[in-house]
Order: sequence, then structure tokens, then C-alpha cells
Amino acid sequence: MYKTFAAVFLGVSLAASGASAVTIGFSQVGDEGDWRPAFSKDMQEEAKKMGIDLKFADAQGKQEDQLKAVRAFIAQRVDAIVIAPVVVTGWDQVLKEAKRANIPVFLADRDVDVTDKSLYVTRISADFSLEGKLAGAWLAQASKGTCDVVELQGTVGSAPAIERKKGFEAVLSQFPGMKIVKTQSGDFTTEGGKKVMEAFIKATDNLKGICASFAHNDNMQLGAIQAMKEAGLKPGKDVLMVSVDYVPAMKAALAKGEANASVELRSAIGKYIYPVVTDYLKNPKELPKWIVIPSDLHVAAGN
Amino acid sequence: MTAPLPPSFSGRLRELTSHRATWPLLALAVILVVDGFVAPGFFTIRIVEGRLFGSLIDILYRAVPTALVALGMAVVIGTKGIDLSVGSIIAVVGATIAWRIQEGDPHFVILLTALGVGLLCGLWNGFLVAVLDIQPIIATLILMVSGRGIGLMINLIYGGTNPSFTSPLLQGLSVGSIGLVPTRLIVFAAVFVALWLLIRRTALGLFVEAVGGNAAAADLAGVRSRLIKYSAYLISGLCAGWAGVILTADTHTSDPVSVALYIELDAILAVVIGGGSLAGGRIYLGMTVLGALVIQTLTTSILMSGLPPEYNLLVKAVVVLFVLLLQSNNARNAVLALVRRRKR
Amino acid sequence: MADTSTPRIELLGVSKSFPGVRALENVELRLNAGEVHALLGENGAGKSTLIKIMTGAVPRDAGEIRLDGRPVQIGTTADARALGISTVYQEVNLIPTMTVTKNLTLERQPRRFGLISWRRARALARQRLKRLNLEIDTEKPLGSYSVAIQQLVAIARALEDDTRVLVLDEPTASLDATETELLFQIVRDLKASGIAIVFITHFLDQVYQIADRISVLRNGRLVGTGPTAELPRLKLISLMLGRELGTVEAHLASHASLASGEPVLAAKGLGRRRTMAPFDLSLRAGEVVGLAGLLGSGRTETAKLLFGAIRPDSGELVLDGKPVPHNSPRQSLRSGVAFCPEDRKAEGLLGELSVRENIMLALQTKRGWLRRLGRDEQKRLAQEMIKALAIATPDAEKPVGQLSGGNQQKVVLARSLASQPKVLILDEPTRGIDVGAHADVVRLIRRLCSEGLALLVASSELDELVAVSDRVAVLRDRRKVGEMAGADITRENIIRTIAGR
Repeated sequence: MYKTFAAVFLGVSLAASGASAVTIGFSQVGDEGDWRPAFSKDMQEEAKKMGIDLKFADAQGKQEDQLKAVRAFIAQRVDAIVIAPVVVTGWDQVLKEAKRANIPVFLADRDVDVTDKSLYVTRISADFSLEGKLAGAWLAQASKGTCDVVELQGTVGSAPAIERKKGFEAVLSQFPGMKIVKTQSGDFTTEGGKKVMEAFIKATDNLKGICASFAHNDNMQLGAIQAMKEAGLKPGKDVLMVSVDYVPAMKAALAKGEANASVELRSAIGKYIYPVVTDYLKNPKELPKWIVIPSDLHVAAGN
Repeated sequence: MTAPLPPSFSGRLRELTSHRATWPLLALAVILVVDGFVAPGFFTIRIVEGRLFGSLIDILYRAVPTALVALGMAVVIGTKGIDLSVGSIIAVVGATIAWRIQEGDPHFVILLTALGVGLLCGLWNGFLVAVLDIQPIIATLILMVSGRGIGLMINLIYGGTNPSFTSPLLQGLSVGSIGLVPTRLIVFAAVFVALWLLIRRTALGLFVEAVGGNAAAADLAGVRSRLIKYSAYLISGLCAGWAGVILTADTHTSDPVSVALYIELDAILAVVIGGGSLAGGRIYLGMTVLGALVIQTLTTSILMSGLPPEYNLLVKAVVVLFVLLLQSNNARNAVLALVRRRKR
Repeated sequence: MADTSTPRIELLGVSKSFPGVRALENVELRLNAGEVHALLGENGAGKSTLIKIMTGAVPRDAGEIRLDGRPVQIGTTADARALGISTVYQEVNLIPTMTVTKNLTLERQPRRFGLISWRRARALARQRLKRLNLEIDTEKPLGSYSVAIQQLVAIARALEDDTRVLVLDEPTASLDATETELLFQIVRDLKASGIAIVFITHFLDQVYQIADRISVLRNGRLVGTGPTAELPRLKLISLMLGRELGTVEAHLASHASLASGEPVLAAKGLGRRRTMAPFDLSLRAGEVVGLAGLLGSGRTETAKLLFGAIRPDSGELVLDGKPVPHNSPRQSLRSGVAFCPEDRKAEGLLGELSVRENIMLALQTKRGWLRRLGRDEQKRLAQEMIKALAIATPDAEKPVGQLSGGNQQKVVLARSLASQPKVLILDEPTRGIDVGAHADVVRLIRRLCSEGLALLVASSELDELVAVSDRVAVLRDRRKVGEMAGADITRENIIRTIAGR
């Protein structure tokens, strides 16, 4: 089934591309938080660099806007469509329309839930679980496989919180000497991280026997650092501090030695997405359903 | 006459059970006792880094923002109003502080600016409620919805996303301590006394309660009800502004999207646990602080309990329901009746 | 005429008590087919209780109801409607935001296959309006039409094909003259179709315009009934206000103050459109001026205009010889004018607050928010008032909402007295209080007056006005129609002036 689709598509796409520049429609979720606007900006800048004609549509967090944008892209007969989905469900119909028009669809960031996986070519995104694994692996190395960890979880039930926890625990399960002794949700906020760490400090008699703090994002870890300093502890020295995001304030904390490691969540991911799309347009062949954008671990200068 | 208890005792017991502080205090005691079992060393207070240190201090310390907001809320609810915008006011104040620090204003000017922003927000709410006669829940919803966006826009002025800063003055007020005592507790005590004097040592409290109880009657008795309503929202804005200073300095950063999220609900809850009625007409300042303490004790207990975080909200809801049931005469009587029937 | 044929509906020996109140006692009412029967009486006379019994809204304690000669059981409003007894209440209980069609078919929508058929609903609505010769767009929201049309729609809704008795409770209260005439035309048509109509109003002119017969209630009893032609205005009013009420206290007022002294408070052409026609009125220190008139004649409006609670759009108010440009309750209190409202629940009481706080409120607003009365001073003031007015309360800290009605009234009175006024405006000071308290209040009024206070007493109780007043201003239909002083103040004089004869 998929092969036929690919074969049909080959002819059309060769005929369509020719000398003119590739046109890509990109439907973005919106501009909430810090990460997403940076992602949008990078997509636009990277497209310019690569000579891609990018049609950008901001769905402002509404799926109906996103569906409208995708249908507009189809009507404009773009060469490919990249979607950063608002929600996972409700995509079958519009993706079928794109398939009928022979326009390949790529997912960025979040996943979609469709019965027929051939409706999109591939998903290109970071792997939250890999981020957790990287943090865990670093910690295993730094603690030589023996460590009692306190964990600051993200918002309960959110995908990054679930996946980062899973990845981190997967590594820990390999080391009998490593375990999570306290875990609470700090809701991804500095305020939350600080409150939770304060409670941990009291509950563990000043983090006695605790060797590390793993936070699902930097903001919570920054709050935890403040809480520890106010309790007379030395974060980064008394306790190993590892988290995810690599935001500017975390860079500063790493430089000061108050944190030890942070896994970067890239926002400049255009350079990973566009080559996959253009290569596929030139040479459509079956791709794995998920292409993982590599995650980098940044460690403090002293480590 | 054959009663085993002298009448004076049962009379006093009845007086005790009907006193409005009894049940919230009882709830607080129960939560604390549970904590003592769950978390060893819960009641230990030590001196660390030259100040008091321990879970009990944490509770007082963390309760300050909610209690501040709740005090303003108590006055607004006294006028039969409600202020849903307090969390957003905190976000705007926080963004303003981070921005002005970036711009290099003197820090005491920034402090005044921050409080001024809180007051300005109160001015806006008061205008909608007292002058335009918009229902309080709708009027304050406007700022509630837009406030965090305004905070983000302030961040955009100087291109700061999650800006972090240090300010000896502001952080001194928020996380510093004078002698052994955290500064924010001292400042809170000062704010409480000032507000209490304003409400109970002038006639403002009586006027607020008159307007909340029966605005038409208050008007005929010469109370300028619009002005009174206006002042309630100003007080609430100022209290939220101060909470914004404390929270922003506490985290060293301005995070308009998520700072003090749902604090308005905690504040309303604090007022209600403190015996206030959303129907207005009464202000209980001390009881409101007690309500905020109950909520914070509960929150801190949950954080210390080691319970999986998935249960946080559920546990909080169940305990709050329990406290409110304790306060309800009807619920208490129903339980008593049930117990008596069992005995027979 | 009434006895020649079987009446359409008869109420025989109907009694009803509410806790503490005898609302109706052995009342009889007969309505013939095709007549308009006016039911009259002052507030609290029992009119609404009577029609509520007739329409099944409240159960009766005793008595019998006969419809076309047969005894009927009316337990619920549904029973009444099934028997063909319909009511249009004073407050139009329709929904202004809904279309006329929806309003007219609210109770039973025509259904098709279990779903509402709006086509048939519209047809039904038009058919109902046609009975009243009313042709309007039924798809517009009701609120877009005038109050008169809304009133007619309410009647259209109440009318069924088999309606035999129609009760109209104050249908003209918010209508102007032409709208009233439109309504009356329809009432005459309905009457011609054989429906018995009960018409409740406080506009006497309208009674003489449309009613065939009149029944008058007072204090829960039927005090008179008969053809309109046999009940002239004067007789009607004295029936309503009560002639045989107690022994009239002799009019003992000393009239020494009458000629002397400048007015403390004077209204010159003071008025407001649709509220009260411009009037002159002056109050001197040490005199009591009574304000007489039937319900709805403008007593409360006059009092509130003088107090600044209603903003005038003509004339001026002069206090101590100086004009008051922008008056407000606060300003009035500050310059020594106090007001005690008639509707204590809606405008007087702060039920959650204590007796003490209720009493001190006006004095406090007079002083301003910064100069709070000391706790001891408040307590002393409250005790003083509790004693002076014999307020029955265990202590001054009891929430005023827990007191009885009469004591609540006294607390509101105490509030205005506590503000140490030189002019005191009392709107129905004895409404809803018992005989003993009544005497207390009357004595208090006389004492205050002898201490140099200027008093304005608006009351529906003529005896009370005759007993306490040095002068009486008489109001009719929101207009001051006369003033009398000294020996001229008699019940008959007042009634005659009210009647305009």
C-alpha cells in the first residue's frame, strides 16, 4: 500500500519540483512559553538560509485553525507540509486530503494518533525519554553508580514529565545503588521547584544522604538551587544538580558551579527538519516513523 | 438535674463549639498531628544560616503570599464582591519588577513602582465594579484573563524571557531575615496590623460590611457605597502587589505565565475557611489568616508526605471539604444525629 | 343583580392565618359572569391572600369556593387553571429575552414526534393574541415591546379557551393613560364574552372607569361590597382607611409653633418627572408635618426627595435658609436631616450586623470614616436607644436579623434618631409593629417634637396622622393636592381632600 503511494508520488513530485524552489507549509501550534517562539523563529530563519519558500501559519493553540491552515496549504499545492500538532487526535480526515493531493506530511515536535500510519511520512522531534536517559547516564557516571536522588517532576500528566521520568528511571534501574527517594511535582515553575525543595530539605534533615537532584526542567532546578542556598547548602557541591532545557539562567548557574549538568532542549531544529523533507522530495523512500533530534548534555566547567 | 456535667461546663462547651475560630483551629491541629506522625522532626525548629529553620517556619513563610492576597480578598468579599484578578496582578507586578531592574532603576523606586502597579490594577477593577456597575466576577475576570498577557508584553519590552535578577532590597524583604525571624513574616505582621487598624479602628470596616450586607440600606444611611467598593478593590490590588514583590524576589525571576497560578482560589478558600460568606457583609481578618494557614499547612504536608504527586489535588480537595463540613452546623448536627441513632 | 342568577364564582367564609397574622377572616366574595369586580384595600388588607386562595397558590384554612354553583376543590394552581381560573400578576412574570411565541407557549409547547413544533407554536401564539385583537410579530423578543404590550401578552398567556375567571393584579401600575385605555378596551371585550374579571388597583379613577362592582377589604375582613354607582368616592376611601378604628386620640398638639419660626427645611417646586410632581413644603422646628395619601400617591417619593435619596429634576431644597445644590443621603445626614425608610427589609436593615452596629451606622457616616465612634460610646448609644425605644433584644450584639419585625423597625428608627438630627423624616414609622410599640413610637414622636425637632411623618394611618400632626400635606396621584393645619386636621377633611371633593 505504502509502496504504491510512494511510486505514484515519485512521478508527480519530480514533475512538480523542477528548477523552482521548494515550497513548504508549516503549521505551528502557537507562541506559548519561551521555547516555541524560538522554534518558530528558527524555522523561518533556517528556511531563508536554505532557500526554501516557507508558508508559516500560527494556529494560536486551536486545532480548527490548524486544520484550516493545512487545507489552505493543500489548495496552494505546496510541495510538503510540516505540522506541529496542537492535539494528537482528529487528524485522519485532513491527512487523507493531503495524501489524495499527493503532498507529503511531516510532523514536528508532538505526535498524532491516526489509524493509518502511512498518512504521514515521519515525525521529527526530540525524545523526552532520551533526555531523561542522558541525565540518568550522566548521574550514574558522576556518582559512580551509587546515589539517592530527589526528583522534581513537571506538571503531573504532561508528556515531558512522564517521558523524562521514564527515561531517567530506565537508567537508574541498571544501577542497584541508585534510587529516587523523594519525588514531587513542581509544575515546571521556579516557584514550584523552590517550594518542593524546601519541603524535601525538611523531610530529609537537610538532604542528609541525598546525592543528587534531578529536575524535569531548569526553572524548577533554579528554584531548588535557591532553596538549598537559603538552607545553607551548596548546590553543585553537596548535591549533584542535573536537569533538562539548558536555558540562559541555567548556563549562568553551570558557570558558577551551582548546577552540574543540563540536557539541552533544542529550539533551533530547522536544520534537522528541512533536510529530511527536501531529501524525501528528491528521493521518496520509506522513512522510520520517528526521527529523533539528538539531545546534548552540557556540564559545568569544573566537571 | 441529673446531668453528669455541671451546666456551666456544657454551656461553655456550646459556646466553644459555636465560636467561629474553633473548627478551623481544630482542623489545623489535626493536620499538624498527622504531620508529626508522618514526618519525623516536623516540629523541630533550628537555627540555620542565622535564622529560624523548620517545617513550621516554612508553613508560616510560604503562607505569606496567600494570606496577603486573602486579606485583600476578605475586604472585597465583605462588600459582596470578588477579585479573581489577584494572580494576574502578581504576574504584572513581577514582570514590572524584572523590567525596571533591567532598566537600572534604584531598587526602592522599583519597590514603590511595584506597589503602584498593584494599586493601579485595583483602580481598574474598582472602576469597572463601582463606577460602571459591572458584576465583580465579570469585571475582575477581565484583568484575570489579560493580566498574564500584559506581563508577557512587559517582558517583550526589553526582550527578556525568564529574566533572572538579584536585588538586595527586594530579596531582603522576601527571603531575608531580621535577627532570627524571616523578614516577610515581620512585614506581613505590619501589613496585617495596618489593615486591621484601617478596617477596625476607622469606620471603613463597618461601611464595607454595611455595603456588603445591604447596599440600598447603606446608601440611605449615608454610606457612599461606590467609594467603599472602590476602596476594597484598591486594598486588594495593593495586597496582591505586595504578594507579587515577595514572590518575584523569592524566585529571582519574573514568570508571568505561571507565577501564583490559582492563588485567587486559595485566597477565596482562605476567606471561606475563615468563616466569611461570599454573600458579603462580614470581614474576619484574623480568621482569614487562619484560613490561609490551614491551606498552606495542608500544601506543605502534602509535599512532605512522600505521596505520589498525582494525588496532591485530590488530597487537598478532600481535606478542604472536611474542614468546610466541620464548619457547617447542618453537617455537624447530621453526624451527631447519626451517632445518637447508632447508640440506641 | 347579583342574586338573580348563580354567580360565576363564590368565596364563602374564607379564612386564612399565617404565623402571627390573621390574614383573612370570614371573607365573602361573589363574582358574576361578565362583570368587572374591583377588589380594593390598603397594603396588607388581604387582597393578595384572597386571590392566591382563589388561584390555588395558598391553601385556605376555612371556607368554601363555588364555581357556577358547584363547590370545587382548588389545591394547586394547576387545579385553578383546569377550572378556568387564570391570573395575571402585578410583576409580569414573562421572560423578556425570549420571543413572544416562546413566552406564550412556555407551559405547554405543541409537540410533534416528541419534539417541539415551532410552526404550530407560532400558530398557537398568533391565535392566542388574536383573542385580544393584538397583531404583533411573535418572533421578536418580548422585551422589545412596550410594557403595555407585555401586559397584554401576559393576559393572552393567562387566557384559555375555557377561562371563566380572570384575575388582574394591578395591571395598570406601569401603564400610561393611552396604554391603560387600550387595556380597558380589551377588558371590556373579555367581559362581553362572559368572563368574570377581578380587577385589583390602587387608582380609584380607574375603578370608576371600568368596575361594575366593588369589594373593599381591610385588615383581612370584607368591609363593604356593592355596585360602583352606590359607592361614591368619599365613602369608598373611608371604607378603605377605616372609620371605626379605635378611639381617635384627641388632637392635642399645641399650635404655638405654627406661625413663628423660619422653616428648617423647605422644598420649593421640588419634583421629578414620573415620580412626583413639583411641590412646596416646609418644616419648622418643633412641629410635626403629616404626609397623607393613599398607597402609590407619592408619600415615599416625597420623603425621599426631601432626604436626597431621589435626585430631583426641578425645584430646590432650602436648609436653614441656604439652598442645597447637590443633595445626597450623606449630605442630608451631615446637615442634620435623617430618614427612616418604610421598607425596612430592603432599605433599612443590615441583617448580619449587630443591633449596635445598625444603630450607630448613620451617626458614623455623619462623622466620616476616619472619626470612628469609640467602642464604649457605641455601646452606650445602643443601650440608650434600646431603652428609649424599648427594643426587645437580649443584648446589643445580637444580629438584627434575628429580632422580630417590630423590633427591627425600632432599630431602623433608632438609627435615624442616633444621628442627632434636627429634621427627621419618618416613612410609615408604625408599619408592621404591634399596638404597644405603636403607642411608644407616637409618644416618641411627640417628645422629639417638643425638644425642637422638625418631623415629617408619612403614614397610611389617618388616625396616627390626626393624632400627631400640626400640619398635614395631602397627596393624590403623585401630586400634592392640599395642606391643612391645626383644628382643620380631621379624618373627614383628609379623606375629602384625598378624594378631591
